[in-house]
Amino acid sequence: MTTDVIEQESHDDHHDDHKMKGIKRWLYTTNHKDIGTLYLWFAFIMLLTGGALAMVIRAELFQPGLQIVEPDFFNQLTTVHGLIMVFGAIMPAFTGFANWMIPMMVGAPDMALPRMNNWSFWILPFAFAILLSTFFMESGAPNFGWTFYAPLSTTYSNGSTAFFVFAVHIMGISSIMGAINIVVTIMNMRAPGMTYMKMPLFVWTFFITAYLLIAVMPVLAGVVTMLLTDTYFGTSFFDAAGGGDPVLFQHLFWFFGHPEVYIMILPAFGIVSTIIPAFARKKLFGYSSMVYATASIALLSFIVWAHHMFTTGMPLFGELFFMYCTMLIAVPTGVKVFNWVATMWRGSMSFETPMLFSIAFVILFTIGGFSGLMLALTPVDFQYHDTYFVVAHFHYVLVTGSLFSIYAGAYFWLPKWTGHMYNESLAKWHFWCSLVSVNLLFFPMHFLGLAGMPRRIPDYALQFADFNKWVSIGGFAFGLSQLIFLAVVIKCIRGGEKAPAKPWDGAEGLEWTVASPAPYHTFSTPPKID
Amino acid sequence: MTTKEYESYYVPSQSHWPIVGAVALFLIAVGAGNYVSTLNSGEGGIGGYILLAGVCLVIYMLYGWFSNVINESMAGKYSHQMDNSFRQGMSWFIFSEVMFFAAFFGALFYARTLSVPWLGGADNNAMTGAVLWPEFVASWPLLVTPDGTETTQMGWYGLPLINTILLLTSSITAHLAHSALEKDNRKMLKIWLGFTILLGVVFLFLQVVEYMHGYSEEMKLYLTSGIYGSTFYLLTGFHGMHVTLGTIMLIVVFLRVLKGHFTPTNAFAFEAASWYWHFVDVVWVILFVFVYIV
Repeated sequence: MTTDVIEQESHDDHHDDHKMKGIKRWLYTTNHKDIGTLYLWFAFIMLLTGGALAMVIRAELFQPGLQIVEPDFFNQLTTVHGLIMVFGAIMPAFTGFANWMIPMMVGAPDMALPRMNNWSFWILPFAFAILLSTFFMESGAPNFGWTFYAPLSTTYSNGSTAFFVFAVHIMGISSIMGAINIVVTIMNMRAPGMTYMKMPLFVWTFFITAYLLIAVMPVLAGVVTMLLTDTYFGTSFFDAAGGGDPVLFQHLFWFFGHPEVYIMILPAFGIVSTIIPAFARKKLFGYSSMVYATASIALLSFIVWAHHMFTTGMPLFGELFFMYCTMLIAVPTGVKVFNWVATMWRGSMSFETPMLFSIAFVILFTIGGFSGLMLALTPVDFQYHDTYFVVAHFHYVLVTGSLFSIYAGAYFWLPKWTGHMYNESLAKWHFWCSLVSVNLLFFPMHFLGLAGMPRRIPDYALQFADFNKWVSIGGFAFGLSQLIFLAVVIKCIRGGEKAPAKPWDGAEGLEWTVASPAPYHTFSTPPKID
Repeated sequence: MTTKEYESYYVPSQSHWPIVGAVALFLIAVGAGNYVSTLNSGEGGIGGYILLAGVCLVIYMLYGWFSNVINESMAGKYSHQMDNSFRQGMSWFIFSEVMFFAAFFGALFYARTLSVPWLGGADNNAMTGAVLWPEFVASWPLLVTPDGTETTQMGWYGLPLINTILLLTSSITAHLAHSALEKDNRKMLKIWLGFTILLGVVFLFLQVVEYMHGYSEEMKLYLTSGIYGSTFYLLTGFHGMHVTLGTIMLIVVFLRVLKGHFTPTNAFAFEAASWYWHFVDVVWVILFVFVYIV
């Protein structure tokens, strides 16, 4: 396999940069691999931060009654936990994958706009510094939930709302610039001969995700701006007394928010669609149907937003329209799950950690999908809305969906990134501990929700005590299990068995034709694709 | 797809401008956050100064960053493919701007067709009207809000009509400048580009005059005058900010033209600025129709 390793000329004349030493390398870098690494580390630090907030939430909910935190502080915890996990952990982690892998997968020397790439990353830590600093302000952190519904975020908000708004603006700028870079890299930088339908599915999913980002992040910027002017400048967008409507907030927010949930899952589809064929040692079943399914999901995501608002109130026709459109999404999603299973069918399977996480993804994401289908039904949603059933649903798709795919991808490409094989047995410990604890954490939430436990409360009725105890134990176990991952990664960076250029015999793609670790500059001249 | 012979793609060396820009955005966010938070309490904070420092740093960053890019471009380091990257990047940036305005137009249409009529009791909201504000009569523009704030309508004739003509003319002059550049007629290029900038500046000036008129005792059209004032000022205000940005772009391009930059085949910055200008123009036309006339 090492024979087809392309020796990259170390420095062309137009690469007048050498790797700088120390902190300047990371601050000034224009290299997609450096920036990818920065994104991935930042996302992991944010995951632990958001996880720590969740631990406090679960400690408070361990038994009924108020034990540890005040109700207002509890609301701040749930709000910032959500914001950090969505904008700080999952999205940057995927952008990190995009940075590291897309140029190598399409045979490009780097991302299309490398300096802007650096800027997209470095504004993020500042945005989260602002968001986290609100915990130390007199007024406390934002306490209106990550969906920041008006009037909670306008009339009844505390003094830190302006900082929240500007932090979200910076996150949005970062996402838009990152997405433009991904789109331009894919459209313009593919190696000669790599037609769109020859691109790895991984690249396709990021391509479509980037379009979603460019389309909806500006809407988020618009809605937080209206929130800012309503709160501080006396406008009436969300105030009925001035002719506006709080429901308008929900429409605008979810017009961003629903594509946003696909922004957090489509890249996961791409990662899993790369890994399953590698360990089933078969080509991906139904490549083109996967492409079309991804595109259909993205298009449908623009016309389903109000399924988050069934109980808010809208004309009956609206309820029906959004219900049926939402159920329609099950079709392309079903195509995907079918294709993953069909790829494994009669494959020559092996179960290294990336594959274990991918299989867990297929099963557990499907559970999250089914509970989503239940929530899509307007009449029953009236019972489930704002209960722990919803919390269970989106944690199944975001944790056992998105996060598990991120772990799968990390284990899959760690040899390429570091040049070392990770410790397989420690990684399997990480997988099995996570798998057991995550289900202990989130599965009983379904029952809690069906029994009527509302979300976002620090105290609850006695009949929910048993389940909550087990959920909290699962939460602590899951949180601690993630430290195993940290140990695996650090061990892998520091040493370990040398990784060949292509450590997985079933893997395909240009990234496996370069050495491990990948040279600082790859494909300065594009490879030939037939 | 690409040219047969491969032109190498310029990957810039390390740059300190992005991190300067990141610090600048941080200062702007902290400063603006602090400034806005203390706005209503009356106690003067240092937010305004932090904000100002951030803005200065952003200008410094943009100057340095664009100087680098322009020097690289003039040194012939950029390939045809690089040019494509810039073009596509600019196009998608403009698309993101379209979506930003879409949010505000969405709010306008929602208020006009749904929330204001509903407050007046339309559809199945008879009880909403009767219980909350029985005196309220739905109309657009909403000159009397449910809680009784009164205002007047900004007419479409007069300044807004003049501004429409100015912007439409400026789009034509921008196009004429482009044609002159393509024919390598530097003199006409300078004249038409100069005219475009002038029209942009006059537009902005008249917009300020219009705002002063709106805020006068006679009109009483304030940001706080209910949903009509909110949508009016936010839409025209954000449009005005974009015209300002577009004018600055055109001025930079004009200075580069004076220095002899751009050839008929290599003029990305010129084209980007003019695309942006046309985009701002189109937004105005939609705005003129739905905010002022209809």
